[in-house]
Amino acid sequence: MAVVSLVVELKDKPGQLAKVIDPVSKCKGNIISIVHRREETTAGKVPVEISIEIEEKNVKKLLEMLKSQGVVVKRFNEERLTSTTSIMLIGHIIHTDLANTIDAVDRTGFAEVVEMHISMPCLKEPSTAMVTISAVSEEGLKNAISRLKDVCEKKGIMVIEPLE
Amino acid sequence: MIRIAIFGFGAVGRGVAKVLMDRRRMEKLIGEYRVVAVADSKGSIVSECVNLKEVLEIKEKKGRLPKGMSVEEIIDEVEFDVALELTPTNIDTGEPGLTHIKKCLKKGSHVVTSNKGPLVVAYKELSKMAEKSGVKLMFEATVGGAMPVIKLIKRDLAGNKILSIKGILNGTCNYILSKMEKEKLPYRVILSEAKELGIAEANESYDVEGIDSAAKLVILANSLMDMDVKFEDVEVRGITNITPEAFEIALEKGYTIRLIAEVDGSTLRVSPKLIPLSNPLCIHGTLNAILIKTDLAKEVFVIGRGAGSTETASAVISDLIEIYSCEVSR
Repeated sequence: MAVVSLVVELKDKPGQLAKVIDPVSKCKGNIISIVHRREETTAGKVPVEISIEIEEKNVKKLLEMLKSQGVVVKRFNEERLTSTTSIMLIGHIIHTDLANTIDAVDRTGFAEVVEMHISMPCLKEPSTAMVTISAVSEEGLKNAISRLKDVCEKKGIMVIEPLE
Repeated sequence: MIRIAIFGFGAVGRGVAKVLMDRRRMEKLIGEYRVVAVADSKGSIVSECVNLKEVLEIKEKKGRLPKGMSVEEIIDEVEFDVALELTPTNIDTGEPGLTHIKKCLKKGSHVVTSNKGPLVVAYKELSKMAEKSGVKLMFEATVGGAMPVIKLIKRDLAGNKILSIKGILNGTCNYILSKMEKEKLPYRVILSEAKELGIAEANESYDVEGIDSAAKLVILANSLMDMDVKFEDVEVRGITNITPEAFEIALEKGYTIRLIAEVDGSTLRVSPKLIPLSNPLCIHGTLNAILIKTDLAKEVFVIGRGAGSTETASAVISDLIEIYSCEVSR
């Protein structure tokens, strides 16, 4: 499951939202929020931002169905990061190119390091860090963690994962 | 009349002997019995009915039993119905326990053991031998000390498919980690303290490197999940690199750290893990715990004392009773 948000333009009159909701329900999506951006109304059209939880494989079908309903999708694919976990690193984290270690996650494109807490008690002693990683899906998260583990193994950094 | 031979007279052997001296407790459960031989690595006492009180006194005074028949000679020459194999563990060769157990099973006597080595090295072979000879091989004491695991899963969860087992199987590691968590002191400091208290062995590597946990995991996988794995199949990482800061940082996210042994039908791993504070495996001190997932019963959680003379004797005695209560009900 991933959360996608899309912005559609709807005429400001009754019955318009149904054109969006029906396809979402047919694609087994779950609507998390609907925001009418009335302040941005232009030429009688209201941008509506909709967040949907949906299987990744159904996203394309949803976009096609919306198009066939005559709904203009103004923006799409502002994917939200939905899966998050924290993992611990112990070792010489700073002196083994921290930026490069984090980059193992960030350059995936589907996951990023969103938070990091490092404790460095002494210069030559190993550091301890808690890294929080967010990804667009559970699989993405697993993939990102396995890439991070590979990099850490090469650098001699111990990785402690949460109990599944 | 049940004739019992005791091989190995260390902490566990002496713990078992003390329970066997309590005839009123035991005879209700297994009927009449006699101990016909007690042996340690240096000597033995063999008689029609060994006086356990005297043997315990000799062992305490001299630190060893008097010169006598070796364990192998006893197996060859003395008649007994059940052997309690309580010699020290060697997970590389399984010896001397492996030879003892094989000879006993071949001879047709039941075996109850607290010795991990033989089972890690040759579980499948030994269980086939027992089956062939029509005798029982019981080993509750090898995993989790007094904590019921083997019989719990084999008997009380019979019919279930075991999907995964995750556990804390080494009390020394759990003591060190939970103490580091509480006192924010480095690993080395807590380790020395644990040695002084007798919680850690003089050579601690067997515990803190995860070797002991891995050996127990192999026994669980082979005996309860119908796997056929060896010690080398376990991915093992110990606790020696964990920093005191690790606990503080983990706590900010609602975690602590424990050494977890886990098997899920394909992978076997012993490694430190972040444990949510709300998880039942977040236990303290020298306790052991195990979280079993099955297809029918779903999650079952057990906690108990994983070591100690009386505690391990409890598991040995329960195996002994299991063998003979079956025979009585038949």
